[in-house]
Amino acid sequence: MTTSTFGHDTVADGHWAHSAHQRKGFFTDTSICIGCKACEVACKEWNRNPQDGTYELLGSSYDNTGGLGANTWRHVAFIEQDQERIERARESGRKLVSLGMPTIRPRTDEAAAVQPAPNLPSAPEMNVDLLAPGALQPTDPEDFNGLDTTPPDTPDFRWLMSSDVCKHCTHAGCLDVCPTGALFRTEFDTVVVQNDVCNGCGTCVAGCPFGVIERRDDGTINTPTDRDRSASEMDVPDKGTANKCTLCYDRLVDGQTPACAQTCPTTSIKFGDHEDMVAQAHARVEDLHAKGLTEARLYGANPNDGVGGIGSVFLLLDEPEVYGLPPDPRVPTKDLPQMLASAGVAALGMVAAAGLAFLGSRRS
Amino acid sequence: MSTSEFDSYRPPELATGRKKRRRGDRDGGPRNRGGRGWQNRGSDGGREMPMVEDVEFSSYYGRPIVKAPPWGHEISLYLFLGGLAGGSTLLGLGAQFTDRPGLRIATRLTAITATGIGGAALVADLGRPERFLNMLRTVKVTSPMSLGTWILSGFGMGAAVTAAIEVDRLTRQKVLPLGPLRRPLHAMETPAALESALFATPLAAYTAVLLGATAVPTWNSAGRHGLPYVFVSSAAVAAGGAAMALAPVRETGPARLLALAGAAGDLVAMWGMKKRMHPVEVEPMEAGEPGHKLHRSEKLLIAGAVGAAAVEVGARLLSKRLGASTKTRTVLRAVSAVSGVALAAASAYTRFGMLEAGIESTKDPRHVVEPQRDRLEQRRAKGITDDSITTGR
Repeated sequence: MTTSTFGHDTVADGHWAHSAHQRKGFFTDTSICIGCKACEVACKEWNRNPQDGTYELLGSSYDNTGGLGANTWRHVAFIEQDQERIERARESGRKLVSLGMPTIRPRTDEAAAVQPAPNLPSAPEMNVDLLAPGALQPTDPEDFNGLDTTPPDTPDFRWLMSSDVCKHCTHAGCLDVCPTGALFRTEFDTVVVQNDVCNGCGTCVAGCPFGVIERRDDGTINTPTDRDRSASEMDVPDKGTANKCTLCYDRLVDGQTPACAQTCPTTSIKFGDHEDMVAQAHARVEDLHAKGLTEARLYGANPNDGVGGIGSVFLLLDEPEVYGLPPDPRVPTKDLPQMLASAGVAALGMVAAAGLAFLGSRRS
Repeated sequence: MSTSEFDSYRPPELATGRKKRRRGDRDGGPRNRGGRGWQNRGSDGGREMPMVEDVEFSSYYGRPIVKAPPWGHEISLYLFLGGLAGGSTLLGLGAQFTDRPGLRIATRLTAITATGIGGAALVADLGRPERFLNMLRTVKVTSPMSLGTWILSGFGMGAAVTAAIEVDRLTRQKVLPLGPLRRPLHAMETPAALESALFATPLAAYTAVLLGATAVPTWNSAGRHGLPYVFVSSAAVAAGGAAMALAPVRETGPARLLALAGAAGDLVAMWGMKKRMHPVEVEPMEAGEPGHKLHRSEKLLIAGAVGAAAVEVGARLLSKRLGASTKTRTVLRAVSAVSGVALAAASAYTRFGMLEAGIESTKDPRHVVEPQRDRLEQRRAKGITDDSITTGR
């Protein structure tokens, strides 16, 4: 156990007892995502996921994948925003920070005039290897005392790019409602489907508050390599069963990094122990706030939220719904005790009604 | 003026400059903001025009956030048949104890038929139907689907035994090749009837929890606000209606009363549920095809209930004044059958409507975002700020 949420919610606690390893997870820092989609490709390649759809253009920026699904376990979202939207995002982020959190240091106007953005590296000497590790690292964030934190000039346009993935929730709705036990909690505290057990009932699809897991159904074929074969002959593995990100379970078992994190060229996707990921996320958001980028916020780093925190923490630059993420997800099984209770009352009521119906029509 | 054929795609140039235009937009109402600005951006030819609409981004290109489960008409049918089977078994048990053979036979055969077809529909809707037995490899209290499978299995056993006994009786013990098993089978009648009656109401009620314990906004909200009451009422309506249609009028008094109670319960529970749900979550139940089905269900329910009440009054008058004409009896039987079918159809429409309303509610992210935003804001207004998934730090 690595999180304090154990025992927090008994019903929604699935299979947390036997954690031999540290909980593993992602930290997806969307502020440095460049939208290259290498993660999407690496994921498809490694997991041999079949083609999604017919390669149609969706007409939504550079995103033609659409969303996560049975065959797409990483999805890069593209959002184009104008100045007004950026300002609103900055404002909503500022409000978040003020919710009982330490506020950003107030700006001092005289400092704003002179300070030359001290967090950026100073112009390197000509003979320095810019690609050497650490050459372009910002100076130590601890040195910010007394420095200007005026928000930088708002650009009049920006692109938000974010690589979405299964959240590997602490209280996983899909896992809770799976009737066959095909979904299970691994030793890395991730949530994985056993495709040889799943019978494709689809309950998990409805159980996921993030719309991640999906049943692999029709129309999905492998990319044709052999033109003579017809599409129907092509192999679709695990057809009719539920599919989603496994956090590369097969790679984790061998001590490897998941394919998406391994391939990410900007380290936007970080992989590691969940605790470290959350710590990094907190540090990074503070760093961005110190630079005046109040639109930065964390998604899923709070163990008190409706799903008990998520294994894949995100740093976002606008409200979650802008990225297609739910603003207040809640594991549906949290409502289960109450619903079972009312179902019990309803069932008793039906028995009573039937009994009264027979009493009421006694024949004299 | 035009220099390229593609110039025709540009919006008309504006007299005012771009900067002014945007400023004006911001001063307008919130609906105006960003709605039209994108079309005018670049219309002065000064820079490239964006090809993607700069919409009010409360969602990601209007794409769904939550996925609809791959549940089709088979599941709707099962929701209806499960309720029908459960209610029928209760009526069958009562009919056995109060000596109403016609009602007993009709309800028991209804129950087993509904269970059989319903179970087959469930299996058919699986992605891998050949693996349906995997449902029975575990018992999970957190999974309504798992609980339901066990409830259906438990119910099916008793329902099958009682139905076999009825068939054996109807065929004068000549058709079923039971041999020495005939006596033990008939001895099992009361235990089996009690056993299946024990699972009958859970069978009628659990499907509401199955829909409720999902992230589908309309179902989840309905489940939290009284869907189990709607579903058991609907089950009572279906079972009462089916018995009214299939059994003789003088024996179906309890079926009529059960159907009437169910109809009243259905209307009240549905009304109360809709009132307590978030308006955006109710929308799919009011509009479109699901809305049509639920409204049709309401009409059929009221019509059927009026018919059932009329038959009940008629039957009571008849039993007082013995020796009514055959014509009166025939009319009464016909009214009973027609209103019974209407009631059963009302129940079916309720189930189909609720299932489809939920699936509809996943298609527009508004149904997910707005209720969640609202509850988040409500909690924040109450001073609870530590349970948001989005944190500023």
